[in-house]
Amino acid sequence: MSESTLFTRRSLITRTGQLSLSAGALALLAGNESLAGKQLSAAGGNDVAILNVALGLEHEAIAAYQIGAESGLLQKPVLDVAVLFQSQHKGHRDALVATIEKLGGKPVMAMTADEYTKSAKLKVSSIRSQGDVLMLAQRLELGAVNAYLGVIPAFGDRELAKVAGRLAADETMHYTALTQAMGAALPNAALSYGA
Amino acid sequence: MAPSQALCRFAGVALVCAGVIAGTAHAGGDAARGGALYSARCGGCHSIEDNGAGPRHLGLVGRRAGSQPEYDYSPALRASRIVWTRKTLDQWLADPNALVPANKMAVQLANDPKDRADLIEYLSVATKEMDR
Repeated sequence: MSESTLFTRRSLITRTGQLSLSAGALALLAGNESLAGKQLSAAGGNDVAILNVALGLEHEAIAAYQIGAESGLLQKPVLDVAVLFQSQHKGHRDALVATIEKLGGKPVMAMTADEYTKSAKLKVSSIRSQGDVLMLAQRLELGAVNAYLGVIPAFGDRELAKVAGRLAADETMHYTALTQAMGAALPNAALSYGA
Repeated sequence: MAPSQALCRFAGVALVCAGVIAGTAHAGGDAARGGALYSARCGGCHSIEDNGAGPRHLGLVGRRAGSQPEYDYSPALRASRIVWTRKTLDQWLADPNALVPANKMAVQLANDPKDRADLIEYLSVATKEMDR
């Protein structure tokens, strides 16, 4: 890969940090009129269950970025990027909550900050550096990319499938920016996400 | 560090994988590659030790599906009477909704039989409670 196609860490982080949160992201689902007023049919009930799993991922991502931001390990401009990405996850969360409620479901609640801190999945106790924080965020973002891509075929509602694709795109942006910030290699193969 | 060891570290199962690399891997799957696949494709919702968006996998093989009391499974999975074996895990990973319609794990992330074999090999080793 040539220098012209490979952003330097600093330029990439600066460019990413200049992105603003689209108001459209907040309206991903909440403003989707085709979903409004839908009854909780059997198929819709399963969609709600799937959306609640996604909501759990968003709660966890928000908590992980919070832990990173409060760790004192992140330096500017990485800290700014982490805050931006967290705000986008909050946008996902709000949209998912609104949709679950519109479909007649009950949104899952976030765990406590202490539960996230102690979770073996996040392994917060092993974080010692900015690189460790970035690695955790990168791992979570990759998991989210694959989860959203993997769930697309299962939605009974095509609008929800489209939204899952848009959520996956946001997470892929996060994963790519974090990977570049870490100086790690991007995937070599085509079609490297999902399966 | 050998590539296979690096993969195991990435999956957070260095001790388990060390045994696999030393020659305890079973035919039909590559546990080290399965560990990397697990982290990338399953790790969003699952971990070996903790319940999260998805249930933890400790003690998975041989356990009845939907039977862990601390996790809120779908009614469909609780009622399925499935026991997790290599065969049922292969069916599940290929298409969870085909095996148990209306369950919560609706993702399709292991369409390739080789990916499933590697994931199952990893799970069969990493989820053993006696190894924790």
